[in-house]
Amino acid sequence: MPISKLVGARVKRREDPRLIRGLAHYVDDIQLPNVLHAAILRSPYAHARIRAMRTDQARRHPGVVAVVTGNEIRDQVGCVPVASQNPTLRVPKRYVLAVDKVCFVGEGVVVVVAEDRYAARDALDLIEVDYEPLPVVSDPEKALASGAPVIHPEWPDNVAFRFDLKQGNLAKAFKEAERVVKQRLIHQRLAPIAIEPRGVLARYLPGEDELTLWSSTQIPHILKTQLSVMLKLPENRVRVIAPEVGGGFGSKLNVYAEEGLIGHLAIKLKRPVKWIEGRRENMQGTIHGRGQVGEVEVAVKKDGTILGLQYRVIADIGAYHQLLTPGIPPLTGLMLSGAYKIPALAIEVTGVFTNKVATDAYRGAGRPEATYVIERIIDRVAQELAIDPVKIRQKNFPRPKEFPFKTATGLIYDSGNYQGALNKALRLSGYQGWRGEQRKLREKGRYLGIGLSTYVEICGMGPSAAMPAGGWESGTVRVEPTGKVTVLTGVSPHGQGQETSFAQIVADEFGVPLDDIHVIHGDTAVVPSGIGTFGSRATAVGGTAVFQAAQKVKEKAREIAAHLLESDPEDLVFSESRFSVKGVPKKGVSLQEIALEAHLARNLPKKMEPGLTATSVFEPANFTFPFGAHICIVEVDPETGRIEIRKYVAVDDCGKVINPLLVDGQIHGGIAQGLGQALLEEVVYDEEGQLLTGSLMDYALPKAEDLPRLELARTETPTPVNPLGVKGVGEAGTIGSTPAIVNAVVDALAPFGVTHVDMPLKPEKIWRLCREKKERRAEGAG
Amino acid sequence: MIPAPFDHITPRTLDEAIRALASHGEEAKLLAGGHSLLPMMKLRLARPKLLVDLSRIAELSGIEAERDRIFIGALTTHYRIESSELLKEKCPLLPQTARVIGDVQVRNRGTVGGSLAHADPAADMPAAMLAVGAELLARGPEGERWLKAEDFFLGLMTTALGPSEILTKIRVPVLSGHHGTAYLKVPQKASGFAIVGVAVWLRVERQLCTEIGVGVTGLDAKPFRARRVEERMKGTNLAQSLVQAASSQVTQGVSPLDDIHASAEFRAHLARVYTARAIQEAAKRAGV
Repeated sequence: MPISKLVGARVKRREDPRLIRGLAHYVDDIQLPNVLHAAILRSPYAHARIRAMRTDQARRHPGVVAVVTGNEIRDQVGCVPVASQNPTLRVPKRYVLAVDKVCFVGEGVVVVVAEDRYAARDALDLIEVDYEPLPVVSDPEKALASGAPVIHPEWPDNVAFRFDLKQGNLAKAFKEAERVVKQRLIHQRLAPIAIEPRGVLARYLPGEDELTLWSSTQIPHILKTQLSVMLKLPENRVRVIAPEVGGGFGSKLNVYAEEGLIGHLAIKLKRPVKWIEGRRENMQGTIHGRGQVGEVEVAVKKDGTILGLQYRVIADIGAYHQLLTPGIPPLTGLMLSGAYKIPALAIEVTGVFTNKVATDAYRGAGRPEATYVIERIIDRVAQELAIDPVKIRQKNFPRPKEFPFKTATGLIYDSGNYQGALNKALRLSGYQGWRGEQRKLREKGRYLGIGLSTYVEICGMGPSAAMPAGGWESGTVRVEPTGKVTVLTGVSPHGQGQETSFAQIVADEFGVPLDDIHVIHGDTAVVPSGIGTFGSRATAVGGTAVFQAAQKVKEKAREIAAHLLESDPEDLVFSESRFSVKGVPKKGVSLQEIALEAHLARNLPKKMEPGLTATSVFEPANFTFPFGAHICIVEVDPETGRIEIRKYVAVDDCGKVINPLLVDGQIHGGIAQGLGQALLEEVVYDEEGQLLTGSLMDYALPKAEDLPRLELARTETPTPVNPLGVKGVGEAGTIGSTPAIVNAVVDALAPFGVTHVDMPLKPEKIWRLCREKKERRAEGAG
Repeated sequence: MIPAPFDHITPRTLDEAIRALASHGEEAKLLAGGHSLLPMMKLRLARPKLLVDLSRIAELSGIEAERDRIFIGALTTHYRIESSELLKEKCPLLPQTARVIGDVQVRNRGTVGGSLAHADPAADMPAAMLAVGAELLARGPEGERWLKAEDFFLGLMTTALGPSEILTKIRVPVLSGHHGTAYLKVPQKASGFAIVGVAVWLRVERQLCTEIGVGVTGLDAKPFRARRVEERMKGTNLAQSLVQAASSQVTQGVSPLDDIHASAEFRAHLARVYTARAIQEAAKRAGV
């Protein structure tokens, strides 16, 4: 790469002015003439047979154009797809509207289409559905018990899939262990809560036989393919556009029933149809994340060396699979080794159907669970063996010279310096000083806790061989005849800021101002191909494709320049957007002039195609493995259970950094969501499968006041997997932070004999634990 | 998130509003800041046929002092109370309470009268009104009547207001002498409502607590004045042990609420702890 000017600089997001001024176009901002509005009647029952439906009153309601039930369209619209190669997978049919039976609260039952949103919503109240309630099972452990209610009669055991991974000699590890430590861990269900709920607008042009579907999605190209299957349309007649998307966090990395349904209605009614999800629907019908309960068991030597680890986990799938549902728990398994050398490892996942909405990818997707398991258990071991949590981590880290490092789970960690990141975090946090402070405060009856998390995660997804639907990414760079540069990318940013960072990459490559570059994404008719934005892959994979396309363009430009300058391409130097002959700076031609020549095509090298454009598809040879060390210091009030975060230091290593401002933003947001899981968030269903946290009045998202000042720093260990050296940073904050916070609280409560608290660490839990343990001690003393 | 159809009128006078209420009965609802009513309508948990919008009735807003009393119009927003110099000086418990209601948007729209009349068992403002012994003016077809805050809250979202009555004004005493006030709450993290909130004002003369008001919200189905705690505190020197003993009385005769955010047992515990902390904070501010 040339000497960077923009790559590495804190360039302000180019997306922000339109967002701040309200000029962006989300799905609901797109106005089409003659549009109809859809509203969906959803099941109030978690499990029930649909005995009868009366829709005539709704059909007669003023403004209503159509009322459609699941039975009417079951043969016309395909089922919701699931991508998985797991041979044990059981896939219940998920129709876009329920047929005969509902299996979770919020499942779509009837759709009303009307001239306006109000008429559509009012008509829902006029539909009568006669439900016969069936026994419900909402707890995944209970769903496995014999005699549990059966959700899909074809599989009376409620098992959705199994996934086992076993490497190394685990029996030997446990035989040789000097200590075995066990812990049951709950990863509670979380709601992703993108600020913009989902939304779909579909338009079918019968003359052209073309369907255009705008959706608030992270994966427009995958959606295009899947829609063509669901709607039985030739794929080249389907165009998907992801306009401005207000966050996804994995919840829009999916193909939803409503996308198929609204597309179908637009075709059937020959008018555009729009559906905008409400927040309540969002909490009931959009995927949830996490939802695992497991038991980890680890074999260690007295000095803290880990010999082996076993994790048996039940994954709460919900009633049906969504696109990547069965792919998430295996990611937990793959990453269980964490930042440590663990010679023997086994994971057993049992996916279980429950009468709830599906779980799927939510920021981190399987890795927060893995990191929580390993980071929690290593602290438990440290506590049992009375080893400092820093020392036990150091003991088990692979050294920098051991990279690329192969884990027992078969992954190859690309590059890393775990000790380096930890050292920096220790220094910045003043770790030793806090340990002294902790001793002093304990004498005064105050409870300070220090928590660490030294995480490693898996990003840059990924090599196609390891992905359910392709892991490559495309980038196209085109220098227009006027010299302006258009960049097309197959990734689909929805808050990450790649309109800025990709422009930085290209600006440096071409030596043109940032403002001369326009990055286009999210439209399958404009961007030739793509996979999408998820798994912290966009810059590592998509950015590389753009970078390589820019290099191709530059090479072509060099050939044209050589032709125009009657020189050898090798004798040209490129500087300030201009090729000139080495040693003869005046003899040169600018990129803009070359672009115009390429377009006019009157004086090009023989056999060269006109135009100055190139596409590159980058297929990564491996994943990338960012890592870091988070240190959290808390004080706990045992009388009220209140937790105050007194200091938070995060040292993250995501390889090379294109834009530190964007990276800091990702870490900030990631930590906020990780903190949410640790302290606040929890999707709660009751025994009847009713969602008790169905609104933001009951589901506690972290607010600004809940966040401490975050002290961020970085180490930089480039990846050899891509030429940019970037690893990805979209999920690191979420993955690293949760265990640091929980470890800090458990550390604070150590004087009470507390060894573990399940998330979220709500005040009542803390208070009960302290009271219980205090009482026990008093009894013991008495 | 779309409400059922409704009509909307904006009367210019109170009499007009009262007439509208009287003629529509149960089907009409008063609209003040709308921050409780509109969400319920969007979820179709409330389906009024008519909204009587009070926002154009000028006499319902404002804060004025008159001798030893302060009059607050029912449509005064939480923000106005929070930022009122008059209240900060003469009845600081109200701004202290208003400051921790919801968030900026809620405080800018939400009104004191709306909050009191809605009588959410976890709303903040009722606790402060109970503590200072506020009086509430109700106006209906039959005329006006003053109600003590203690007689105003009857139960879960139920008040002493008649079906055609409008809460128009609140009257609070100017707090004189050596006094201290505090409102402490444990917020429910999602909604910001109180899991438990305790409002205290007390007067101190010669190091003794001569008068005290303790209002509690969040704990029971209705906000209440903790008379037992007050009686125990009166005449004491506010020593910590006395405060704690008195505060333990806050749960006497109370049936604590129980939900996914806090069990009845934890709420009761928090009420005792926060009552003690609020009294201590108020005492500190009174210079004890």
